[in-house]
Amino acid sequence: MKSMLSFQVNGRQRDDAVAGNLLLVDYLRETVGLTGTKIGCDGGECGLCTVLIDGQAQHSCLTLAATCNGTSVETIESLADGGRLNAIQRGFHEKLGAQCGFCTPGMVMAAEGLLRSDPDPDDATIRREMAANICRCTGYVKIIEAVRFAADEIKIATEAV
Amino acid sequence: MDGDGVPPVPIPSIGQPLPMVDGPEKIAGKAQYTSDFYDPSALTGVIKRSTVAHARILSVDTSAAEELPGVHAVITGSETDEGHGVLPIARTELPIAYDRVRYRGEPVAAVAADSVEIAAQASDLIKVEYEELPAYFTAADAMADGAVDLHEHRLGNIERHVEFEIGDVDGGFAEADLIHETEYHCAEVCQVQTEPHAAYAEYDAERGELTVRASTQVPYYVHLMLAKTLKMPKSKIRVIKPYLGGGFGCRTEALNVEMITAMLARRAKGTVRTVISREDTFITHRGRQEQTVRIRMGMTKEGRVTAIDCHTVQRGGAHSGYGIVTILYAGSMLFAIYDLQNARYDGKRVLTNTPPCGAFRGHGTVNTRHAFENALDEMAEKLGLDPFAVRRVNLIPELGFTATDQWINSYGLPECLDIVEKASGWKDKIGNMPPGKGLGLGCSHYISGASKPVNWTGEPHATINLKLDFDGTVVILTGASEIGQGSNTILVQCVAEVLGIDPSRVKVVDADSRVTPKDNGSYSSRVTYMVGNAAIEAANNLKGVLVEAAARKFEVSPEDVECLGEVYRAGTQDEGMTFEEVVMAALEGTGTITVKGNFDTLPESWGGKKYRGAAIGGTMAFSYAAQVVEVTVDPDTAEITVDKVWVAHDCGKALNPLTVEGQIQGSVWMGMGQAMTEETAYHDGLLISGNMLDYRVPTFMDSPPIEAYIVESNDPNGPFGAKEAGEASLAGFLPALTSAVANAMGVRIHELPVTPDRLLQLLEDKEREMGASTAAE
Repeated sequence: MKSMLSFQVNGRQRDDAVAGNLLLVDYLRETVGLTGTKIGCDGGECGLCTVLIDGQAQHSCLTLAATCNGTSVETIESLADGGRLNAIQRGFHEKLGAQCGFCTPGMVMAAEGLLRSDPDPDDATIRREMAANICRCTGYVKIIEAVRFAADEIKIATEAV
Repeated sequence: MDGDGVPPVPIPSIGQPLPMVDGPEKIAGKAQYTSDFYDPSALTGVIKRSTVAHARILSVDTSAAEELPGVHAVITGSETDEGHGVLPIARTELPIAYDRVRYRGEPVAAVAADSVEIAAQASDLIKVEYEELPAYFTAADAMADGAVDLHEHRLGNIERHVEFEIGDVDGGFAEADLIHETEYHCAEVCQVQTEPHAAYAEYDAERGELTVRASTQVPYYVHLMLAKTLKMPKSKIRVIKPYLGGGFGCRTEALNVEMITAMLARRAKGTVRTVISREDTFITHRGRQEQTVRIRMGMTKEGRVTAIDCHTVQRGGAHSGYGIVTILYAGSMLFAIYDLQNARYDGKRVLTNTPPCGAFRGHGTVNTRHAFENALDEMAEKLGLDPFAVRRVNLIPELGFTATDQWINSYGLPECLDIVEKASGWKDKIGNMPPGKGLGLGCSHYISGASKPVNWTGEPHATINLKLDFDGTVVILTGASEIGQGSNTILVQCVAEVLGIDPSRVKVVDADSRVTPKDNGSYSSRVTYMVGNAAIEAANNLKGVLVEAAARKFEVSPEDVECLGEVYRAGTQDEGMTFEEVVMAALEGTGTITVKGNFDTLPESWGGKKYRGAAIGGTMAFSYAAQVVEVTVDPDTAEITVDKVWVAHDCGKALNPLTVEGQIQGSVWMGMGQAMTEETAYHDGLLISGNMLDYRVPTFMDSPPIEAYIVESNDPNGPFGAKEAGEASLAGFLPALTSAVANAMGVRIHELPVTPDRLLQLLEDKEREMGASTAAE
């Protein structure tokens, strides 16, 4: 059984007939071709597939594409700021929040979701709010530094306006 | 040029905390990993796995699967009789089991079909008839009298029994003031790199050629094993390693996923994409073996170790893998960290009906180091000595050769100890901490690449090509595998430093057998040391070409040319030539420039000949680490919180302090996983922990701040003095944790991981004992 899915992906309108059992992550990767979103487990364990649905960080492997009708989905490919890394991505780059990079898209999207709701999180908040995302390279130390760096950058940029 | 009057100088790269050169692609989601390759025509590969742990395969009926519409290839163990493996003497593992399966989950057939649903359905239609054999899930059962041999050439299921005696062990024990025996047990652990295994194989039926993209740390070994198992000429195969989502040792040998996918593509005469599940990635395994280590140690009352006797047994799983190497490392790496003259070692690697283990980060050293460091602390306690004092009295007094002829050229362990003692506030805290809080110390070391490659061909250990053309871009061509550790960044920094140019001018093309020079791969922490040295030689060769070209233009001799990186000149008043101008001068009459750099290890580093296999443990340089772990233990639940870790790592020279720190923190944290939460679990050989909830990798919430300190001992032969940075800091966490818990609670736990239930049991036992002794009084 297919149903119509009309929603926004990275600001672009999409209208597709999708099978009822199609996962959002497979829709994004295979139907749209947005392979930035990764799959690291067999369902809901690792957070690598994190995207924003209406601004909230969600596991796209635990979300049926058909349930996203009318929503706005954002993936890692949407974050670039004028073709360049945005503040969070820059934090991950400069503070070495990414090593192998495979958890990074999900991790960055989780951080994006966090900073939109709490622009100035302390370390304990970052740990708690990003705890659904597993990284196997960094021990999380530099990821926390990256998110703090981004929060500070955003604060400076906002105050300058 | 030089408009502001500031004299040009070579641009420094080495020692700079340069973000990774491939960071933006990864962080923007543009980097393509193996599973990111799709093609509308690509078929999906699915592997059918054994449902029994040990059996003869009587028949495999694929007829129903082959008839299913949408199925393009079905293969079984009859596809090849050529085995694969790491060591030339142990290539007995078949990509698909033929007449016998030896673990639950071993591949028995595979399918390529139009969709994953059809492939899975076809896989279910394949009928395998088994005649079950007795299966052994512990090393003891596999070694018991009368046990069936898993492999005919390995009698008694002993993959390798290593025995050696160095020095005068009995004399050493006679000299001791205290002799103590202790035993530690370490559970089996997996790497759980975030990217599940994947392969993407394209078979060109027109030419009979094969291109394989694979999630591997060792594309060259994959190439060799593809040629062997598919019985194809190496020249008809191309292997590409795309971006890789971590490795930590689980992909340091060719895996069945790659070979099966290639065979399916050849059968289907097309393209096959196989991405295995997390559960199947756990089953493919190659993690760290379950292991028991018993150490008898002699010590003087000052804390000097006079002799040790180490017995260890490893449950290796169903196939050899790196097993022989692992059991040899476990012995040889008892040495080269402290001054140890007298040692007896008895190590057994045992074949069992569990998935095959491999070369997990800290390969071979971690579990024996855990037992050794704990033994030091147990004895220190009995002798009333401080853990730091015991390590210091055993430090290696001078550089040179160990009793096993391992070569030590730089030794920063003393400084590592000083740093973590001070940073952690050890002297003030120890003995003065509130109940439930404790500190522990652990030291560890690792090699900077194995001095003798497992696949000995007579070639140099590393080769780098540099290409320079009209555009002034220096292109590094390397077969070395960037696996997230930052090897491409390090190579850029080495080349840019020698030439003094802006590192953004240097680009990397890596790990494509059609284009890049062969490299043995990313394992045993060899890349920075070996490939880094080759990159330096190549860059020096390129610099020579450029200096000569500049000399021709300046009409001076090359010695009179000053290379200032982006500017070359002769004489300080000369405005000189820009790098681009020198490049164009160098291209005159010759065209595109390619130069080469090689690296070879020195014979002194090849390890000794004092026992069979002593070359395993030979290296050009050992790295060293010391760490202090602080814990808080909840007295009611026995829940352990790691409050903080202070770690110092002697990496010779931090070519990139940022990535070195990242490697140290990642190592410590991975050691924490093994020490506290991670263990595989089987039920009659069935993996029941094959996901990231039952196999518990530490999350943000479980992970402490890790303060990393870099010690630079400047290795005389390392690239700019560098040595290994990504493995040595792992092993020390395990004993530091058990010692910290012992310090906090008065009980030392001998089983890993230190879970709350295990610790609570010990605490209750202790309470009962104390109650009983009080009652007796």
